[in-house]
This record gives sequence, C-alpha cells and structure tokens, in this order.
Amino acid sequence: METKLRAVLPDQDLIRLYEQMVLSREFEESCAEQYTKGHITGFLHLYSGQEAVAVGATAGLHKDDYILSAYREHVQAIVRGAEPKRVMAELFGKATGICKGKGGSMHLFDPTLNFMGGYAIVGGQFPIAVGLAFAARYRGEDRLAACFFGDGAVNQGNFHESLNWARLWNLPVLFICENNFYGIGTEVHRSSALPDIHKRTCGYDIPSEKVDGMDVISVYQAVRHAAEWVREQSRPYLIEAVTYRFRGHSMADPAKYRSTAEHEMWKARDPLPSFGRRLVVEGIASQSHLDAILAKAQTTVQEAVTFAEQSPWPEDREVWEDIYV
Amino acid sequence: MSDMTYRDALNLALKEELRRDPSVVIWGEDVALYEGSFKVTRGLLAEFGEERVKDTPISENTIIGVAIGAAMGGVRPVVELMTVNFALLAMDQLVNHMTKIRYMFGGQTWLPMVVRAPGGGGSQLAAQHSQSLETFFMHCPGMYVAVPATPADARGLLKTAIRDNNPVVFLEHELLYNSRGEVPDDPEYLVPFGAASVLREGTDVTIVAYSRMSILALQAAVELEREGISCEVIDLRTLNPLDTATFIASVQKTGRAVVVEECWQMAGLGGHLAWLIHRDCFDTLLAPVNRVSGLDVPMPYSRKIEKLCIPQMETIAAAVRETLSQKY
Repeated sequence: METKLRAVLPDQDLIRLYEQMVLSREFEESCAEQYTKGHITGFLHLYSGQEAVAVGATAGLHKDDYILSAYREHVQAIVRGAEPKRVMAELFGKATGICKGKGGSMHLFDPTLNFMGGYAIVGGQFPIAVGLAFAARYRGEDRLAACFFGDGAVNQGNFHESLNWARLWNLPVLFICENNFYGIGTEVHRSSALPDIHKRTCGYDIPSEKVDGMDVISVYQAVRHAAEWVREQSRPYLIEAVTYRFRGHSMADPAKYRSTAEHEMWKARDPLPSFGRRLVVEGIASQSHLDAILAKAQTTVQEAVTFAEQSPWPEDREVWEDIYV
Repeated sequence: MSDMTYRDALNLALKEELRRDPSVVIWGEDVALYEGSFKVTRGLLAEFGEERVKDTPISENTIIGVAIGAAMGGVRPVVELMTVNFALLAMDQLVNHMTKIRYMFGGQTWLPMVVRAPGGGGSQLAAQHSQSLETFFMHCPGMYVAVPATPADARGLLKTAIRDNNPVVFLEHELLYNSRGEVPDDPEYLVPFGAASVLREGTDVTIVAYSRMSILALQAAVELEREGISCEVIDLRTLNPLDTATFIASVQKTGRAVVVEECWQMAGLGGHLAWLIHRDCFDTLLAPVNRVSGLDVPMPYSRKIEKLCIPQMETIAAAVRETLSQKY
C-alpha cells in the first residue's frame, strides 16, 4: 500500500512541493513560448516531466548543502530559491539576470543560495562537487555537495575519476543521476554496457539505489535518507532517479527517436497530476486550492516575462568585466 | 640574500605560504609521501600533515576539477601536475571550467588556485615528455601564466601566485631546478605579475625571452659582448599578464629585437610578441624582428638530434648577429 502523505511531511510542506512542481512546469513551458518568439536564444534545455526529481531532492537537502547541476537546471535553481524573474531575465540575456546575462540558460549560479552552477560540458560538474565537499570538510562545515547529472554523463572519465576520488578521500558527496533514458537521441542501452546506472558504483565501494523519479515523495524520502547517511558517514552515495523528459533534448530537437507509445506511457505518469490527485484524495488540498496554485504560478511566470522584457541589456563595458578578480 | 637552487626556492615559497595561511593546501600525483617527482614538495607532508598535503590518483582532469571546487568553497589549492604534458588530460577543467567560471557566473565567485607544472625539453624524455605548452595557456583568457627563470623569481612569483585570487598556471622548467642564484631572505618577498625584468642592459639589440630561454639569452649576451655587440635581455616573468611596456621601451631604444620561445614556432607566442613590437615600434625599427623557436617537430629522443629542436645559446647568438646584419 502507498505511504500516506501525512506520514511523510506536514500539510504545508506537501503543498509546497506541489507549488514548486507547478511553478517549474509553468516556467519551463513559458520558456518554450519565449524561445519560439525569439526572446530566448541559444540553447534551451527544458525540464518538463522531471520536476519530481529536483523538487523532491531539494526538499531532502539542507539549505547549507551545495547543489550543482548540468545545463537543464532552471528548475533546480528556482526550487533552491532563485527568483523566477531573475532566471527569466538571464535567459533573455538581460543585465538583471542572475548572472548579469553572461551565462544564459546553461550557466545559472547563485552562491548566496549555495547553488553552485549549471555546467554545460557533460560531466564537468563531478570533480567540482568533490572539491566543494573537500572544502566543506576542510573548513569544518556541516554540509554536503549534491551533484545532479544525466544518464549521458556516466560514460565520461570524470564520472569514474570523481567517484573513485570521493570514496578515496571519504567526502560528503551525494550523486543524483536523473536517468531520463536519453543522452540527446542515444538511449541508455545504446551507450552504456550496464544500463542500470546505480549498479556502476560497485567498482568504487559506493552504496547506491534506484528510485522512482516520477514520484516526488519517493525522491524526497530517498534523498533525505541518503543525505543523512552522507553527512553522518562523510562518504559518497549515489541515487538513480528514473524519470522522463516530455520534450526533446533541447528546443532544436523534435525527439523523433522516441515512439509515441513510449511518450504516452510516460505522460500518463506525469508527476504533477498524480501528486495533485493524492493531495485531494488524502484531504490535504481541495481541487480549488490546486487551481489557485496553478493560477498563482501563471501570474509569477507572467511577471517574470514582463520583468525580463522590460529589463535593460548589459552595458558594452561588461564584456571586459569578471574575467579576473 | 641566500644562495639556493630554483627547486629549493620553490620549496621555500610553498612552506612559507603553508605556514602563513591555513587555507593553503597541496595536492598532486606523488607530492606527499614520495615528495614530488622533482622533489619540489620535499618535507611538506612531514610538516603539514595528511589533510593539507595529499597524494592523488592519476586523474589529471579531476586534480584540476577538485581544486576548482575547493577554491570555490574557500580553500586555496596549490596543485601539481607531474609534468605539463599531462595538463593536456586536464584541458577540459583548465579551459572549459577554470577560466570560465568567474565570467559565465557573472563575477559571483573567484578561484584562488595555482596549478604548478614542470615542463620543457632537453632531458631526452622524447616526444610525450618534452613539450613547451605555454602558448596553449596564454592563448586563453581567464588564467595567469607565470614562467620564472631565476631562483629569486621562482620564490617571489610562486608566493604572489598563491596569494592571488585568480587561477594561475605556474610553469617551472625542469632544466632549471638545479640552477643556483641569490634569493632575498625577506619572507614577504613577492614578485608582482605583469612586471618583466631587465636581466641585462644593452644598446644594440633587445632579446625578449622567458623561463630557461632567458638564461640562454643572458649567456648569448655575454658571448656577443666579446664581439662588441651590446644586448639588452628582457625576461617576461609572466606571459599573462604580459608586460609589453618594458620590451617596447627597450626596442624603441635599441631599434632591433629577437624574440625567443622554447615552444613550437607555428602560432607560437613569439609571433604575438613580434606583432606587438611591429605595431608599437614600426617607426624606430632598424631591422625586421627576428624569432628563435623550437622546431616544429615532435621531440626526438637521441641527444644528437634533440639538441637541434630546442633553441640553444648559439642559436640565439646567431639570430642576434643576423638581425644586426639586416636593415629596413
């Protein structure tokens, strides 16, 4: 039998998870619209379908814990606390963006939130997460580094070097694989000799587990439990969250390598309506409450778009700023 | 002043900065228990312990990546790549990450880290262990590049590098480790970046060089003095920041220039220096800028032919004579 939600978290926290997932979906779908209008340019990788992973995982971490991610990271940043309007302004390339318009979609960063960056070289964030975990231990700080990455990153040398290093030095790193089955258009079993990603840690003596990445509660429980273990043991751990992206790899990808049947099967497991239904069935929220959450998220995203549209472009002199201290 | 080797000057700088600042840490392949392939880290493990002086796996890209994360987290890593040739395994973290992070994240973080790497040719280590890759690093904005030629500069530049809040690639020359020189005793002896030194004053021609090439240029200048040729020798000390003012002023005085690089000539840094001199000294140049470079070949093993591939004192002297025989 499914765990009762109230046995996991208080009502307001459960509703918060739903609010975050709805805001994330609305934000990403708005990005798609703004890309089509030409307001967002460059690469744009959207997170729709995977919301339960970022939302559940972030809820299972402490605010002091570092978070790093790859280039599909708008939602991780927003859920960690980045203002949607400043993220949208970044995507528009405006001076008010979270990185002054210099990073764009793939390079969000806010050290005041311990959100330590979106990295766009596949697997580039692995050793950086290990280094942040070292710094935390060296300085006697009670924090871990949570490192999100995709299934495509696990065949980079960085992944293996970093797992080995994290265990060798016994550093508090929580590796969180978002297995959405595709590295651009190459399915996991066509790129990995062992497609069960969580099993690949055995060569490094790192415990791991697989979790349903379409269920925000499962992700939350797994991450919270794993994070406590990492903190107590000062050792790395890996979670494989099995999920699915509803859109192509980027806006440039029509995703023709996936069958309609497969797509429909996963759409039926959309983490938002399924969690919403549970909230209603278990008497935590009414349908009208959920509708109000959606309306509020739509307003927030519209305000973000307006803010981005009205924000100034960076000054020309900014080109030469921030290269050196 | 104390007489010491380039190696001992580096070792002293590391020890002094480890003592001064508890956030400084050291790691690299065989730097702790083995005390470094070139023994630059001798005695560090014994004095500073296992949490500050650490051996790493043979994972060069991760050596740099972990340093980046640690630097972002408030530690000052001074890491060693066993030789600069292995930096090529770490170019993703060095170039795609280390030099980009501050900029692409809008100046919200900084990376106080040093990457030490011995390099250069002349020890019969053949093609994969004899490269001079300085141009690779100075080509990319976002990292400083230090190339000490003397024991005093080795100490002073390394201390500056460790205290700087930017990433620094610190290129040591393997054939200079045993060279000796006078080194100031002051524990606050710092050599600023972007300040070339005039190793020798002269009036007929300016030789612009760096690292071991500066030492060979000095020897060439002594040789040429016997022939009545007065050479001014400029040692760049850092390639980024590049002190152009010092060598431009010198060439404006002498009217002739020879630029010396140990690296390959094709797209090497000497071409950039020659362009700067032509741009800023065009009206005062008495002859085309001459250029001495490593040969554009992979390094051979045999000492008879290895010598042909690396600029020698005689090659530099010959280039000076050639420049003096030419005119615009």
